[in-house]
Order: sequence, then C-alpha cells, then structure tokens
Amino acid sequence: MSLRNKFRVTVENRKKIGGYMFTLPFVIGFILFFLYPFIQSVIYSFSSIEFSRTGYTLSNVGFNNYHYSIFVNTQFREDFIETMIAMLTQLPMILAFSFFAAVILNQKFKGRGIARVIFFLPVIYSAGVVLRMETNDIITQMLEANQDSFMFSGEALRALLVQTRFMPEQVIYFILAAVDSIPDIIRSSGIQILIFLAGLQSISPSVYEAAKVEGASGWESFWLITFPMISPLIITNTIYTVVDSLIAANNPLVLLIREMTFSGNRFGVGAAMATMYFASIALILAIIYKLVNKHVFYRE
Amino acid sequence: MKNSRVSSVTSNIKIDKIKLKKLLISIARTVLLLGISYIILMPLLSKFSNSLMPVRDLYDQTVKWIPRNVTFEHYSMVWEHMRYPSALFNTMTLTILVSLLQLASCTVVAYGLARFDFRGKNLIFGLVLFTLIVPPQMIMIPLYLNMRYFDLFGLLSLFSEGGFNLIGSYWPFVLTSITGTGLRNGLFIYIMRQFFKGMPKELEEAAYIDGAGLLRTFIKVMLPGAVPGLIIVFLFAFVWQWNDFFFTTLFMGGGHYLPMALQLVANRVIQAVTDGQAPLSTQGDQYESLLNNTGMILVISPLLVLYGFMQRYFIESVERSGIVG
Repeated sequence: MSLRNKFRVTVENRKKIGGYMFTLPFVIGFILFFLYPFIQSVIYSFSSIEFSRTGYTLSNVGFNNYHYSIFVNTQFREDFIETMIAMLTQLPMILAFSFFAAVILNQKFKGRGIARVIFFLPVIYSAGVVLRMETNDIITQMLEANQDSFMFSGEALRALLVQTRFMPEQVIYFILAAVDSIPDIIRSSGIQILIFLAGLQSISPSVYEAAKVEGASGWESFWLITFPMISPLIITNTIYTVVDSLIAANNPLVLLIREMTFSGNRFGVGAAMATMYFASIALILAIIYKLVNKHVFYRE
Repeated sequence: MKNSRVSSVTSNIKIDKIKLKKLLISIARTVLLLGISYIILMPLLSKFSNSLMPVRDLYDQTVKWIPRNVTFEHYSMVWEHMRYPSALFNTMTLTILVSLLQLASCTVVAYGLARFDFRGKNLIFGLVLFTLIVPPQMIMIPLYLNMRYFDLFGLLSLFSEGGFNLIGSYWPFVLTSITGTGLRNGLFIYIMRQFFKGMPKELEEAAYIDGAGLLRTFIKVMLPGAVPGLIIVFLFAFVWQWNDFFFTTLFMGGGHYLPMALQLVANRVIQAVTDGQAPLSTQGDQYESLLNNTGMILVISPLLVLYGFMQRYFIESVERSGIVG
C-alpha cells in the first residue's frame, strides 16, 4: 500500500469532486445573495430600521409590522385577495390553452414555422417594464373596450345574461370575466407552450405507430398516450405559471411592497408583507402539488 | 367482378370522407391560428400605428388603424427626451454582460447537477427550485442593503468602515449573475439540467477514456452538443434583463437605462411641450399614452431584431431540446 496509490484519485472520486466543483458557484451565491437576505428579511419583518452614516440598526418591534399590514393598511388585504383570485382563475385557463396550443403547433402543416414565431413573440414583448406600462395605458384599454363589442363580453350581452337568470349571477360574472381575460391568457402562455411542446417532441413516434396497429383512433391515442406522457409537465407549468403571475411587474401586490419600501421608507412593513406573500405562495404551491400529483403519470 | 367494383366504390367513399375530414380540420386550425395570431400581434401593431399618428388623428373617430397623415414627430420627441442613444448603449452593455455571465454560470451549475453523483445533489437542486418560488420582493430589501454596505460578514470592514457601496456599479449584477442567483436563473439552471440529462453518456465516457479532464470534457465535448439549449437560455436571459425594471432600478437607481427612461419620457415631453419649447400644444391622457407607445416601440425593437435573427435557431432548439420534467 504505497502512499501514492492511496491518494490516487479514481474516476469515481473525480466525478464526485467534479459535482461539487461545478455546483460550487451556485452554493456560494445561494448562501450570500439568497439565504442570507431571506433570513434577514424575516428578521426585518419584526424590526424597525434606523439608518446612520455607516450602516443601519434594527430594533425589535414584535408583530407590529404584521399588525399594520393586515389591520391598518387596508390596501394590502384588498390587493392580496384580488391577486389570488386573478391567479387562481387564470391558472387552469393558461394550462388548458398552452396544452392545446402546443398540440396544434406540434402537428405538421404549412406555415407552422411562422405560427411558432408568433406564438412565442409575447415572451419578448410582454415582460418587465413594457408589461407594466401597458396596464396603465389608455389606448390599450380603449382597444380592449372596442374588442368588447365583438367578443362575447359586451355590456348588452352581460345585462341580458344576468336578466335571463338561467345561471346564478356569480357564475355568469365568472364566465364573462374568463372570456374577458382571453387575450391576457394567450399573451402569458409563451413559456408554457414551449415546455409542453418540448414534452410532445420527446414522445417517440413508435409508440403512436404501435397504437395505430392495435387499432386505436386518433382520439384514443391522444387520451391514452399523449396526455399521460406529458402530464408531469403540468406540474412544471403550474409552478411556473403561479410564480410568473405572482411576481409579474404589473402585479398590484408587488407594486405595493415596492412602494412601502422605497417611497414610504417602511422597510419593516415591506418585509412583513413580502414574508406573508411568500408564505402564501409556498402554501398554494404545496396544495396544488398535492392535488395534481395524484393524477400524474410518471414514466419511471 | 361485381363484388370488387362495390368494394372499390365504398373505398372511394371512404377516402373522400377522410379527405373531407382532413380539409375541415385544416380549415378549423387555420381559423384558430389566425385568430390567436391576431390577438398576439394586435398590441404591437396598434402601438406602431399609433406612434405614427398626428394628435388630431388620435381624436378623430373615423381614423382607426391607418393614420391619415403619417408623422415621425413623436419618434423624434421621444428619441430626444429619452436620450435614446445613450440609454440604448448603457442597456446594451449591461444586458450583454449580465446575460453572458448568467448563461455561463447556469450552464456550469446545471451540468454539475445533471451529470455527477454526489452527496447533497438533490438538496442543491431543491435549493435551485426554492430560488424560483421566492418572489424577488422578499429578498429585495436586505439584498439592497447588503450591496449598499457590502462587507462579506464583516471581513471587508477591515479596509473600509461600513463596507463598500456597490449600488450604482455593475458589481451587484456581476456577483448575482456569476453565482446563478440573478433574475429567473433558477429556471435557466432547470432548463439546462434537463438538456444535459437528455444527452448520451457515451460521449463523456469516450472523452474520459481518451484521458480528457472534467473541465476539458465539459467544454470540448458537452458544450457543442448543448448549443440549442444555450440559445434558449441566452435569449431568455437577454430579454428579461433588457426589460427588467426590478433589479435595474434597485441596483442602478439613478442610472440612465431604457426601462427608467421609458417610464419618465411621457412626462418630460409634455413638460417640454407646455413650456413652449415645442410647437405642439395638445396634451392629455391620450397624448401621454401615445408617447408611451412610441417609447415602447423604441425599447422593444432591438429585441424584435434579435428575435428575428435568432428565431430559426430558437425554434429548432425547441425541437431538439427535450426540456422535459
């Protein structure tokens, strides 16, 4: 047993070291620029902050910031409920639309290339500052109001549907709101379509051929092959959609937290709001994961 | 004889039925695709047509899509008051820097997660997903303060009282980008990890047997095969950094970048107009909106050019990527 042999790095060991080597940048960054600020944020939410020339000092104020966010500043409550309802109504529609769009874009037809270029275009123009300015834009709002007159959501139709009372009023309003948000849904589905499309491409054509030989119709092979095969991606897309809508630049809660922090100089209140916001996102994702995961088919 | 004729007739009818069905499906598909494309393109086209309209066309009910008198005055006003060339240059520099660094770090980390077995691998991947679901607003305040009084747990205080102020420099971007903790980097790591997982293992084994080291194998063997994934990630990183308002205002508060310039431009132009420095006397919400639209066209047109150049590779990448959860 020579010393040299003992210290010789085997391929296995080298691969282990390689794993640490390659992931080290992220681990360092995670600790310094993510975990540390994350913990600090929770601490800030229980503190008030005083600034001085060479830094800042914290003093413990207990649950005051939380109390202020929930009971004193009503804006947070309103925005929170509004954001959550909007997200939960849009989520199923975004998932359904992007799945459907990916199935169409996966078929062979003339002009498929152009269709794909257009479908992914919102990823480019509907982000960040542009998205944010669009929400407050008068001309965009006018255009959308004009759209009303030829889509199913015109004022007259709305009144008529409510009067006929063939459904509860709330249901009608819900459906109309859903129809109203179709353009939004289409424009925020780019990445989800991409993920589903990549999933569809990964299904081997031989599976479909085998099904065809067995006499399965197109409808059957869709529900028995395509759908189960890409169902794990429904979870990926759910997580992505929830996160994307909750941190979007035009989200009212995001703007409120910003405003609290930088204009109002209430760092502690901003931190308390952000902490509660994160906790509810985590909770929602956990619930959705539990619900959806039962119905997902895994290949392995 | 008779029998065979009958069967050929029925098979003809069958073929016609199939043809008809195919035709109907393709018509339905075309109509749907056109409708969806219209919804996607409408905001872009309407902004563009608006930006070319003189103000009186805007208030004229008979003018809808095509401006009666095409004018470029809004472009020249917005260009001037955004100080477009310098904002473009600053944004371009920052965006190229950030997206290349993010591309490099996310690829390296993703390769480590996809191809090596080591203790804590699942934990690290879990942390990557964790960074995805924490809203940036949550870490915004402490991150800002850490960058404002940067001292690495008090180590740097030895050199400068209270740490260094990194706000207003590229450092906050560089530091978060090289460590894969920048804007949506979790998603990039996720995409690249799936991509490397889909590549055949034999490639690396062969390189190892030939005596190539880990780094050499990664750069010479794996990266060339991963180009489609790299293109997707680069495009996303570029677009999001370009449009990003969040980190850019956080770290570059007083800086002159496109997102900030865009937010201020309408007010500036209206100010200039009402001060009598310009010949136009109309103002109001619609005029403000028109100026914003013109500004947005100026901000996203470089992105559209880039997308135009890269779309072929981008679409191909989707075909070959197999980003599957």
